[in-house]
Amino acid sequence: MVPAISRQVRWEQKSFWRNPAAAVFTFAFPLLFLVIFTALYGNGTVHVPGGEVKFTQYYVPAIVSFGLISACYTNLAFVVCIRRENGLLKRSRGTPLPPIAYLGGIVGNVIFVALILTTLVVFLGVIAYGITFPGRYLGLAVAIVAGGFCFSALGVAVSTFVPNEDAAPAIINFILFPLLFISGTFGPVSSTSALGRVAAVFPVRHLVQAMVAVFNPFGGGTGITAVHTLALLGWGVVGLLVSLRRFRWEPRIKS
Amino acid sequence: MPVIEVADLKKSYGQVHAVRGITFSVDEGECVAVLGPNGAGKTTTVEILEGYRTRDSGAVTVLGMDPAHGGTELRQRIGIVLQECGVEPYLTVTEVLTMNAGYYRHPLAVTDVIHIVGLDEKATARVKSLSGGQKRRLDVALGLIPDPELLFLDEPTTGFDPTARRQAWEMIKNLNQLGKTVLLTTHYMDEAQALADRVIVIAEGQIVAQGPPESIGGRADGAALIRFLLPANVTIDQLPVEAEDAGDGAVLVTTPTPTAALHALTSWARDHGGELAQLSVTRPSLDDVYVHLTSQHDRDAT
Repeated sequence: MVPAISRQVRWEQKSFWRNPAAAVFTFAFPLLFLVIFTALYGNGTVHVPGGEVKFTQYYVPAIVSFGLISACYTNLAFVVCIRRENGLLKRSRGTPLPPIAYLGGIVGNVIFVALILTTLVVFLGVIAYGITFPGRYLGLAVAIVAGGFCFSALGVAVSTFVPNEDAAPAIINFILFPLLFISGTFGPVSSTSALGRVAAVFPVRHLVQAMVAVFNPFGGGTGITAVHTLALLGWGVVGLLVSLRRFRWEPRIKS
Repeated sequence: MPVIEVADLKKSYGQVHAVRGITFSVDEGECVAVLGPNGAGKTTTVEILEGYRTRDSGAVTVLGMDPAHGGTELRQRIGIVLQECGVEPYLTVTEVLTMNAGYYRHPLAVTDVIHIVGLDEKATARVKSLSGGQKRRLDVALGLIPDPELLFLDEPTTGFDPTARRQAWEMIKNLNQLGKTVLLTTHYMDEAQALADRVIVIAEGQIVAQGPPESIGGRADGAALIRFLLPANVTIDQLPVEAEDAGDGAVLVTTPTPTAALHALTSWARDHGGELAQLSVTRPSLDDVYVHLTSQHDRDAT
């Protein structure tokens, strides 16, 4: 099964990098946001547990979260919907390739993309913006695994509500963007504010806070708290259950 | 042993009875065409055989397996050419076929399959850049790559231009001659006639006729049509058989016994030192039979 999945991931990679829309939206957007928002607010400071840090020390981990979400959630929601409606999912069911290997290839591909993106953003942060990574590799790994699982499952779950390719951008982004803003992805949002409290219900906030904590130069430990981890895993399970219940291999019947 | 056996197959979608008790079988090496208007239940039937859909009742075996539970073992041995089904747009023809070949135990060589479907010039082109006809050939290539014992073709030439259709027919005939069993659906009579050993006509979820294309629906026994130009200085009444005026100086003889009628006509023509210009004998076309069969069924149903 593992060789079958890794072969699929390689084909998916080939496909991914040749698709300008996927490559641009997944990859260029987080990098672009990083550059623009840093140019706008780069001189400010942000309050984090333990003290004040410069804006980029907060913003780089926030953009790492955004990159992970756009690679997993946005990508998967689009890809699964488009492939379902264009019959690619149905076609794969007609071959002896186990369904889990096909889906594993799609998910494996977006996780791989998320890892490249994370590495790139962190390197850019350290080299270009002089942020410090306090060496919390375990915390970073937990955040990536829990976040990757959560937003992949939610991406597939949302794809099952998107009726066709035309409706995809609106539905997928309308769910995501308000959450990105109220969750502090593009600038800090206080946990005690009304928006912060609403955001705390949803997974975006937990991933952003977990990443910021992993990069917090003050204090010890792994950074990521049990609350954030459990919130991400919990939303992941919700996404998984919805996906299992609603997933379809075939296009909707066109009237 | 039959490759496909279907007994009293039924399938409904809510209140719609798509398939209402279909029974047929397909032997090894046969090419069978399932013919019927849109919505007759062709695709539902074939998709049950391919394992895409479950049935409500009836017995179905494909290569000795129940397609509802055949899983990967059945899929190793069948090739499927679906209707309107996408392919990874950003991979090339060679890449898509190589990827799919990797799913099978004994695939055909990718370059051979590309050659069979005539896509040699497009081997390194991305799927996205192919024309409609070229995409359809790629669909067929994907059906062939497993080197299947049984090939399902769902409306293989819909949307083809006449030249592409002839080429596709040649290709399918060649496959069939290689010993592959082929089950194809179509709503083109000429396609069924050109390819199939046997035709199954479905209307409203039921089989209304089946048999070789030459004789289906009583076609072999039906009245033949004899047509020729009426010789000069002769009236229709003077002919030795009953005939009617078909316009433009032609006459038409409709007869269940064309041999006897022809004998009478040609003897008469020879005795009168004449020639029957533009003489032709035809049977009702498969088109005529099909329209008759399916419309008769519509009338019976209402």
